[in-house]
Amino acid sequence: MFSSRECLLAIALVVAGGAALAQKFEGVGRTATPAELKAWDIDVRPDLRGLPPGRGTVAQGQDLWEAKCAGCHGVFGESNEVFNPLVGGTTKDDIKTGRVAALRNNGYPGRTTLMKVSEVTSLWDYINRAMPWTAPKTLKPDEVYAVTAYLLSLADVLPADGELSDKNMAEVQQRLPNRNGKINTRTLWPDGQRLKPDVQGSACMKNCVTEPRISSYLPEFARDAHGNLAQQQRLVGPQRGQDTQRKAAAPVTPAAAKPVMALLQQHACLACHQVDSKVVGPALREVAARYRERADRRDYFSDKLKNGSTGVWGPVPMPAQAHVPEAELKAIVDWLAEGAKP
Amino acid sequence: MSDASRPARLLRAPENFIDLPGLAAEPSPEGRRRLLRGAFAAASTALLAGAARGQANPVPTEGGDPHILNLPPHSMALGQPVALEGYGKPSKYEANLQRRQSPGLTQTRQASVSFAPLQGLFGIVTPSGLHFERHHQGWWDIDPSGHRLMINGSDEKMLKRPMVFTMDELMRLPSVSRFHFIECGANTGMEWGNVAVPTVQYSHGMLSCSEFTGVRLIDVLDMCGVDLKRGRFVLAEGADGSSMTRTLPMDLVQRGEVLLAYGQNGEMLRPENGYPLRLVVPGVQGVSWVKYLRRIEVGDQPWASKDENVHYIDLMPDGLHREYTSTQEVKSVVTTPSGGQVLLDKGFYNISGLAWSGRGRIAKVDVSVDGGRNWRPARLQGPVMDKCLTRFNLDWVWDGKPALVMSRATDETGHVQPNYSQLRAVRGTRSIYHNNAIQTWLVQESGEVKNVQLS
Repeated sequence: MFSSRECLLAIALVVAGGAALAQKFEGVGRTATPAELKAWDIDVRPDLRGLPPGRGTVAQGQDLWEAKCAGCHGVFGESNEVFNPLVGGTTKDDIKTGRVAALRNNGYPGRTTLMKVSEVTSLWDYINRAMPWTAPKTLKPDEVYAVTAYLLSLADVLPADGELSDKNMAEVQQRLPNRNGKINTRTLWPDGQRLKPDVQGSACMKNCVTEPRISSYLPEFARDAHGNLAQQQRLVGPQRGQDTQRKAAAPVTPAAAKPVMALLQQHACLACHQVDSKVVGPALREVAARYRERADRRDYFSDKLKNGSTGVWGPVPMPAQAHVPEAELKAIVDWLAEGAKP
Repeated sequence: MSDASRPARLLRAPENFIDLPGLAAEPSPEGRRRLLRGAFAAASTALLAGAARGQANPVPTEGGDPHILNLPPHSMALGQPVALEGYGKPSKYEANLQRRQSPGLTQTRQASVSFAPLQGLFGIVTPSGLHFERHHQGWWDIDPSGHRLMINGSDEKMLKRPMVFTMDELMRLPSVSRFHFIECGANTGMEWGNVAVPTVQYSHGMLSCSEFTGVRLIDVLDMCGVDLKRGRFVLAEGADGSSMTRTLPMDLVQRGEVLLAYGQNGEMLRPENGYPLRLVVPGVQGVSWVKYLRRIEVGDQPWASKDENVHYIDLMPDGLHREYTSTQEVKSVVTTPSGGQVLLDKGFYNISGLAWSGRGRIAKVDVSVDGGRNWRPARLQGPVMDKCLTRFNLDWVWDGKPALVMSRATDETGHVQPNYSQLRAVRGTRSIYHNNAIQTWLVQESGEVKNVQLS
C-alpha cells in the first residue's frame, strides 16, 4: 500500500533521480497519480501492510455469507458442490499447536481451505479482491472483515460473538489452525535453482531394474470416463484412437459394473464421508449401523440422498444429491442398507 | 504377388532392429514370463475392443490402388480462391484435436482447465488455439486501448517513481522474442497416487510452448528507479475478476528472463492466454505467468497470496506444506505412442516425445521399451533452447509383443527425471503439484496403448 502522502513524496523524488533513468526511453510512461495507486494497490501482506482500517462481527458476516457466499460454499463453508470445502478437518487442539493434525493422516480425504491456510491475510486479501465469485471487488472493507470473521468462526478461530478488525488481525493470526504448517524449501523457488534438487533420478542405462511390475492402470469402468478416445486422436498417422464406447462382448449396466466405492468417489460422497471414520459428515458404517433395524431404511436413505438432510448428525447439512442417477443411487442405498461393508 | 509354392523369402531385420532389449538379455526366462504375465493381466479386458483400422496399402491383385488409378476431383477441377477465410483454420479432418476438459475435475468452467492435445502435436510449438487454458474466474477479451500497466512499490522507497504505461507505450519499448514452455504446477497432478486418466492430453496436457514477444520487466523497473537492494521481491497482479497475484524473486527478474509479453507465435496473445498483456516467467509454473497483467509491485518480502498459501503448495508426507515451490523440474513424456492410441500394425515406429526443464536446457533424453530395464539415448531435435520444450525421437521396431515405453530426461544441471518410486520416497503420494515422474505407456499385443504406473 502506498499512502497519498507517500505518493507525493515519490513524485517529488522523480524530479531529482527518476528522470535520468527514464531518459533512455523518453516519452514512454508517466507517473502514477495517488488516486490511481489507491484504486489498484489493494494487496495485503502477512505483515499487515496494506490492510485498511475496519471491522466486522461474526454475526454481520453470517448475514452477508448467507446472502452472497452460501450459494457456492454452503451455509457453513462445507459445500463441495461448486468448489472445494472451505471449512472442516481442523480441531481446537490444532488451534493450540498451529499444526493441523489431519494433514498427517494419509487416509484423510481432501483438504479444506482452513486446513491449509497459514496467514489470515491470505483469506482477507483474496475475499477482498476476488469475491463474491460473480461480482468480485464489490465488498466494502468492513464487509470483508465480517465475512472473514464468520468463516473463521466456523473453525472456532473466532467465537460466535467475535469480531475481526485491523486491530486484532495479528492476534487472530496466532489462532489459525495451520499457522505453523508451512515450510519454504528453497530448492523449488526460482532463486534456489542452483541448489541440489530434493529428488534425483537414476542415469542407469543397462539392467537397471530386475523386473518391472505394473502397479496401477485405469480400471475398466473408467475406460470411457473421458469420452470416446477414438474421437480425440488424429485420423491419419501411425495410430488411431481407441474406440472406448464400443461395448464389450457381454454388456453390463454401468451401475452393476461399478463397485460402490467408485460411485461414492464419482459422486463426491467421499469428499465429506469416509466409510470408517467421521470427516465432514458421519462415517458411512455408522450411518448404516444406526438404521440397521429399520425396515424402511432403504426408503429413508434414498430420501436423504435425494433431498439432503439437516440436523440429523450435527449442524453441517448434507446437500441434496439429485444428480445421482436412479440406478446408481439404488446401488449406494442397498450397500448402506446391508451394513456398508467393504 | 504371392506364390504359395515358393519358399518364404528371408527378410533382413530393419536397421536398428531391437528385440525388446533387456527382455532378450534377461538372465532368467522366468523374469520375462513374469513381465509378460503382468502386462497381460492389465491388458486382458482391453483386448475385447480390438484394433483400429489404418489405411490399407496392400499390393493390389490387379491393376493398382484405385486412389492412384481413379483421379480424384481435386486433381480434375478448380479449387478454392484466396482469402476465402480471412483467418485460416485447420483442415476439417483435424477436428479431433481439440483442447478438452477432464470430466469431473471441476464443477464450473470458469475456474477450470482445458488440456492441450499433446498426442497430435509435432515439433515444439503449440498452436495458439490449442494452448492449454487455466482460468480462475473466467476469461475476457480486453480492449487493449483501455488496458494499463502500473508499477509501484510497497513503500515509498522501493522505487523512485510509480508509473503507468499504456499498451502503445509498452509496445514502443525494445522487444525480445523467446521460445519457452509453460506448464501448470498441477500438470500430471491427478496421477500422484495412481493412474487416473487415459491419455497424454489429460496426464500432461497442461503444457504448452510458444514464442513470446515482449519487454524485459527489468527494463521497465529500471525506468521507475527500483531499489534492487531492498526490493528483492515482485508481486504480479491481473486485471480480471480473480486479480491473481503471485510473488516472484527479484533474482529472476534481474537475470532479464521475466517478460511483459504481448506477442505469442507471431501474433498477439490469445484472449484465453491473457490478451493484451501477460507475464512470462521462464521455467516457473504457469500460475506465476499472470494474465491480463495490470500491476507490478516491488517489495521486500513475499505476499502469501491465496494462490501461494492455500493452493500451489506441496503437501509432504509429514503433513507440512511446502510453499513457494515454483520451478518446474526436469520432465519428459512420450507422445507417440501414448495412452488411448492403437498402433496399426507391427513394424517400424518413430517413438517421439517432449522434454523440458525449468532449470535450463535439456541435455539428454533416454528411452526404454522394456519398463526401465534398459535405456537408449534418443535423438534431440534442435534447436535445444533454455526453458523450452525439446522434441526427441527414437527408431523402434515393434515386434507385436507387450512393451513398456518410457522416457527419462536429464537437464544441463545434471538433474535426472525420477521414477515414481524415487519421487514418492521423498514427496509422498498426496501432493497435487510438481509431479515430474517418468511416464510409462503399456503397448499391448492388440496395439492398444494404456497408461500404467510401475512399482
